[in-house]
Amino acid sequence: MSQIGSFALLLALALSTYSFLAGATALALPGPGSERLGETARRAGIATFAVVFLAAFVLVISAFQDDFSIAYIFHHSNRDLPAPYKFATLWSGQEGSLLFWSLLLAAYGLVLRLRHKTDTRLFAYASAIIAGVQIFFLLLLNFAAHPFALMLGELPADGAGLNPLLQYPEMVIHPPMLYLGYVGFTVPFAFALGALIMRYPGEKWIRITRRWTMVTWAFLTCGVFLGAHWAYSVLGWGGYWGWDPVENASLMPWLTGTAFLHSVMMQEKRGMLKMWNMWLIFATFWLAILGTFLTRSGIISSVHAFAQSSIGGWFKWFLLLTLATFTFFFFKNKSHLRSEHKLESLISRESSFLFNNLLLLLACFTVLWGTWFPLISEYVQGNKVTVGPPFYNKVAIPVALLLLLLTAVGPLLAWRKTSFESLKRNFMWPALGALAVGILMVIFGVRPWQDISYLYALMAAMLATLVGLAVASEFIRGGRVISRHTGQGLLASMVHLFHRNTRRYGGYIVHFGVAVVIVGILGTPFNQGKEQEMGFGDKMTIGPYTLLCESYTQDDNPNYSNEWAIISVFKGDRKIDTMYPERRFYKASQQPQTLPRIRSSYKEDLYLTYEGLNEQTGRPILKAHLNPLVMWLWVGVLIMIGGTLLGLIPNAAPLRVAAPARIQPAPAGAVD
Amino acid sequence: MIKTNRIFRRGWQLTLLSLAVSAFLGAGDEGTRFNSLGHRLMCVCSCSQILLECNHVGCTYSDRMRGELMASLDRGENDDLALQDFVQKYGPTVLAAPTAVGFNRVAWIMPFLALALGLMTTIFIVLAWKRRPALAAPGGVMPVSGGDLEHFRSQARKDTEL
Repeated sequence: MSQIGSFALLLALALSTYSFLAGATALALPGPGSERLGETARRAGIATFAVVFLAAFVLVISAFQDDFSIAYIFHHSNRDLPAPYKFATLWSGQEGSLLFWSLLLAAYGLVLRLRHKTDTRLFAYASAIIAGVQIFFLLLLNFAAHPFALMLGELPADGAGLNPLLQYPEMVIHPPMLYLGYVGFTVPFAFALGALIMRYPGEKWIRITRRWTMVTWAFLTCGVFLGAHWAYSVLGWGGYWGWDPVENASLMPWLTGTAFLHSVMMQEKRGMLKMWNMWLIFATFWLAILGTFLTRSGIISSVHAFAQSSIGGWFKWFLLLTLATFTFFFFKNKSHLRSEHKLESLISRESSFLFNNLLLLLACFTVLWGTWFPLISEYVQGNKVTVGPPFYNKVAIPVALLLLLLTAVGPLLAWRKTSFESLKRNFMWPALGALAVGILMVIFGVRPWQDISYLYALMAAMLATLVGLAVASEFIRGGRVISRHTGQGLLASMVHLFHRNTRRYGGYIVHFGVAVVIVGILGTPFNQGKEQEMGFGDKMTIGPYTLLCESYTQDDNPNYSNEWAIISVFKGDRKIDTMYPERRFYKASQQPQTLPRIRSSYKEDLYLTYEGLNEQTGRPILKAHLNPLVMWLWVGVLIMIGGTLLGLIPNAAPLRVAAPARIQPAPAGAVD
Repeated sequence: MIKTNRIFRRGWQLTLLSLAVSAFLGAGDEGTRFNSLGHRLMCVCSCSQILLECNHVGCTYSDRMRGELMASLDRGENDDLALQDFVQKYGPTVLAAPTAVGFNRVAWIMPFLALALGLMTTIFIVLAWKRRPALAAPGGVMPVSGGDLEHFRSQARKDTEL
């Protein structure tokens, strides 16, 4: 089996090299035969997918067959590993995840090549660029991180098993979502670079790329937040984001991708920010590659990182090569990217997009800077420092709050110019609502002067309210206009409104989702935690809950042995639940793991972890957290994803847009 | 008038004093200090987590470190001294964020410098765009302006809002 996989990878490398070279030649040397040459390049790209798929298939089958002659399978699987995790072996290690990356890139390339008739020439450029990127990953797979390398010496009877932290349902979905996002940004980048190289006339390429970008962004959003949910559900510390370098690596392309999604609207509607958008999509693609470099090279320590390896050098060269290539074509063709319009007013949607981009890029820079500073410090001072949550919280939170303000204000601004009167009219009720929320919070006990985190929480709540009410006002105002014209009810009119411009109103729903996410986060300063030894019949009180330890029980299966604490949860005198925080011991890897149990409500999460036995007393230790509002974080993400998917729905009716009128000069002799 | 001003001044002073007292409420409380300092330290068991959040199963460091932190507070050490003890024992990476001393100051300054530079650049771009002359329409005809432009603009706004 391993030979089939190895051969498939070699063949894939040959096919993608042909696809790149033939495609580039056909584009560079137009003439008789170039069309046919380009067609063979396209088909070679399609064949690459089939062959990479074969290699991935072989690896997965090897996991299911417990073929421990393959080193990768030995290190990441074992006989008693449940089937879903055997499938997930494909992406649980360095080599497999690179193969998975290559597979997804080939899949994106397949879809692109099948749809080439949309714009044959542009798609040909994009196909060649994707083939170029594919060559890099296949070179890695064939020569630096081979997934089918064989075990030396005697064949082991069983594998080393999967890391216990990865044996969780989200292991089956989080990495694929994340990789679909990371890899997906190669496609808009390929379109952008292709449009730059061919000096594409007009902005049609943006419209072609738009859906790819939105889908990719949705996948990355899903991947990032699934990772946060996984950390929350498995790690047991009661939090969901630790500013770990690998977490940061996923956030950076998300921030620049978000900036790109906004600023392309300016290019589409007003022919502005063309050069900026080129660099933005390049930065997004580049940061996605940088992120995977950070995860794999071992230069920055992280709980998420793969084992240190030598492939860091390969990534460094690839990053430099892509930067050099893009810079060359940018300076060669930048005269093609001049803006078509001028800015007419500081109070306009164009300005808000500019400031939106500024803040998103500032957030990205902050995260990048904090991630790299330990290395910079080691280089300059000779010693590493830690850049952890206190740094990011101090710097990133104010930026996030400013962004939230723009999220509320920006959609209320018109293109080109907005009058103060219009702004006041649109903003008054949302602003009053936000103020009311702030006052209520102070009345109900939030003291922003006591701690800066309380102040941030108050501001976040007010701004989230502002965003929510601004979005609602847009729907209601537009719905009322349609209702007046058509006689429909307000709700039906709002649905009609949405259908007439799904991207715009889908975007508003995403903004609303962001506000809900902020509500989920702003409860963090009010988290409570308690740790206590809990024997049979012992009680612990946290917030309004009383926890009673009923018992402990054990179980055993071929994969792990486990122990549960049986905890009854009371509110007042009323028993409301029984929770079973768990400890496991995985036999193959000889590693322990705690699995918290979470009782979620709209108000708060009750989060219990069974920590194990006190070494001195032998009594079990239970840790309890009370985390307000966390549920809204996950609800908000679902709204964001939903809004993005809704934004992909085609408009129900074409929009009429007034074109600039040409005034014909009066004929000679005409009377005024 | 003078009496009103004095009352207003006294009221304002009392408000400021109340705010200051409230701001410092809890500042000296040992539990609050333990919580605050514990979130400024990293657990050195290589879990890469904040000390008070370390959930590394079998961690032999976090309990000991928490005990050391409590002992520092019981000795009456101030925050800086307590943190310095940890740095001396475990190295500078025990702090969860860089100090604001020496080269480490650069870590804190750079994001704000980037904000200032970004803001200046954005304002410069906005002003440069505003000063750009209006582009001539093809055929040498000037674009619509004035009242006609306002009419078309409001029409377009209406159309696209629907």
